[in-house]
Amino acid sequence: MRFIFKTSYEQDIRLAKHGGHVFWYSALGVFLVLSPWLLPEYWLAQLTFVLIYSVVGLGLMLLAGFTGLFSIGHAAFLGVGAYTQAVLNNHGVPFPIALAAAGLLSAGVGVIVGMPALRVKGIYLGIATLAFGFVVEEVFARWESVTGGNAGLFVQAPQIGGWEVGTGTPFYFLCLAVVVIATFAILNLLRSPTGRAFVAIRDSEISAQSMGIHLARYKTLSFALSAALAGLGGALYAHQIQFLSPEQFNILQSIDLLLMVVIGGLGSVHGAFLGAIFLISMPQLISLGKDWLPAVIGQAPGLQSAVYGLVLVIFVLFEPLGIYGRWLKVRTFFQVFPFYRKGLFKRQKSFQKSDRLK
Amino acid sequence: MTEVLLSAEDISVRFGGVLAVNRVSFEVRRGEVFTLIGPNGAGKTTVFNLISRIYTPTSGRIQFEGIDLTQQPPHAVAGMGIARTFQNIELFEHASVLQNLLIGRHTHRSTNLLDDLLFTAKARRAALADREKVERIIDFLDLQHHRDTMIAGLPYGVRKVVELARALCAEPKLLLLDEPSSGLNVEETQDMAFWIDDIRREFGITVLMVEHDMSLVSSVSDRVLAMNQGEVLATGTPAEVQAHPGVIEAYLGSEEDVSSLRRPL
Repeated sequence: MRFIFKTSYEQDIRLAKHGGHVFWYSALGVFLVLSPWLLPEYWLAQLTFVLIYSVVGLGLMLLAGFTGLFSIGHAAFLGVGAYTQAVLNNHGVPFPIALAAAGLLSAGVGVIVGMPALRVKGIYLGIATLAFGFVVEEVFARWESVTGGNAGLFVQAPQIGGWEVGTGTPFYFLCLAVVVIATFAILNLLRSPTGRAFVAIRDSEISAQSMGIHLARYKTLSFALSAALAGLGGALYAHQIQFLSPEQFNILQSIDLLLMVVIGGLGSVHGAFLGAIFLISMPQLISLGKDWLPAVIGQAPGLQSAVYGLVLVIFVLFEPLGIYGRWLKVRTFFQVFPFYRKGLFKRQKSFQKSDRLK
Repeated sequence: MTEVLLSAEDISVRFGGVLAVNRVSFEVRRGEVFTLIGPNGAGKTTVFNLISRIYTPTSGRIQFEGIDLTQQPPHAVAGMGIARTFQNIELFEHASVLQNLLIGRHTHRSTNLLDDLLFTAKARRAALADREKVERIIDFLDLQHHRDTMIAGLPYGVRKVVELARALCAEPKLLLLDEPSSGLNVEETQDMAFWIDDIRREFGITVLMVEHDMSLVSSVSDRVLAMNQGEVLATGTPAEVQAHPGVIEAYLGSEEDVSSLRRPL
């Protein structure tokens, strides 16, 4: 068991709480920097996807996990970012500017979608964002002069000041940089008043309001930040996948994103990353498992959806705190060994129990 | 001590056919402890919700330091220096005690979004200053023990104190306490009485509270207002109000009620 003896406030606001954090996160950093040389090309591509989905996951985590607002149309923000990036990039706009534009445009759309969030709550917000997702998908399909419609749109390699960032290693580092910046931004946000205001809104709107938090402003802000991150993720996604078509941003994608944060663990930054790893590795595991299963099941269409659904049900029933929650339990088990007891993490089921204000 | 901090003038609020508060007027003076009492459903909490702008009065005005509260948006009330607690505890369940108290400092935030995202030197200074203020309140209310505990794992009595602490962290001019002793045992109630007294004396905060426990009411209040069915029955010192015939009737029933219940011998 580790005891932290705090002697200054400085220590309390530091991101790395103790030596263990410094060591393990440094190790992770070293691994990520060295992976292009350690991993085969295929796995590096998968790792790049994990990074991209982590950015989107961070955004959705901020919205769903920390502000308590669920969006079932998040693929739309991903799409807005991806198409903005693709169109600007194909017109020769340098990568950093296109990336910023993708993030900003998504944020702008997020503000517009955030408006109904001020009026509707819970499941109704879910339905409103779902509808928004359909609208945006339709726009991608119909606005052929810009998006290429259902025929799709090819994305050229990103340019930074005349230097073409190739696929593979250079692009991997680009994604890594975006992820690191996004992660630090979110961590900073969560240890400062803005992030705490989000948490306050999640847990009790009525008392958040009486603490002086402008509900409408912070909910809109949360939507904007979340959409901006989804947009950044989308921009990277466009380059990684190199070909965009509207059905990549349909309801299934939105559900995948939601699945990612729920399985990763709502209300934890780690959850976004663990969820992304889950989301990318699951299809690989399923295709590996296919050969071992009898043909009736292994070759059946929709196997992936069925497995995803099953996993989601299992998590919601047995581990509502997600993979990160499970990890916390395992860690605590070893830290306090042999004193772990079953009810140690038992909490009143009060997530979103409080009244929602208009 | 006689300066008026908060005044309600003829406030009424109607929910459909129910007149929850009917032409209620009162004045809270700076530095005093003012208590609202009355049977359940008398409209005490409704008055609180009118002051913190969760409801809008159907008619009447509420003035705080000469500013008309009814014209302010709900989130601005805290910024003017009014903090409150809730009857059924509205804490942020999935956050630690420390985080809850830091949210209480929200009205004093000096950083903008960019400072927060980059955690600039300014944000760092603000974070340290906030912590210092919060620690002072933690010391005052003896919460050191629970600093890093999640609210969801705390017993009821401690939550009640955390809620009081969160309101104090806002450094309010007026503190609204909605039944501070409900659900507390005798010892905890005595602590609460002691703290309310200290809050007024040490921090100079004016307290407006709703309370049922008459021993707490008479030990800390300067003045009491008794309500029944949305109307004011009596205002005065605790002793005066307790002796008021209307108040006794509201709590115990009138002479006729009692005699009608009596079985003829």
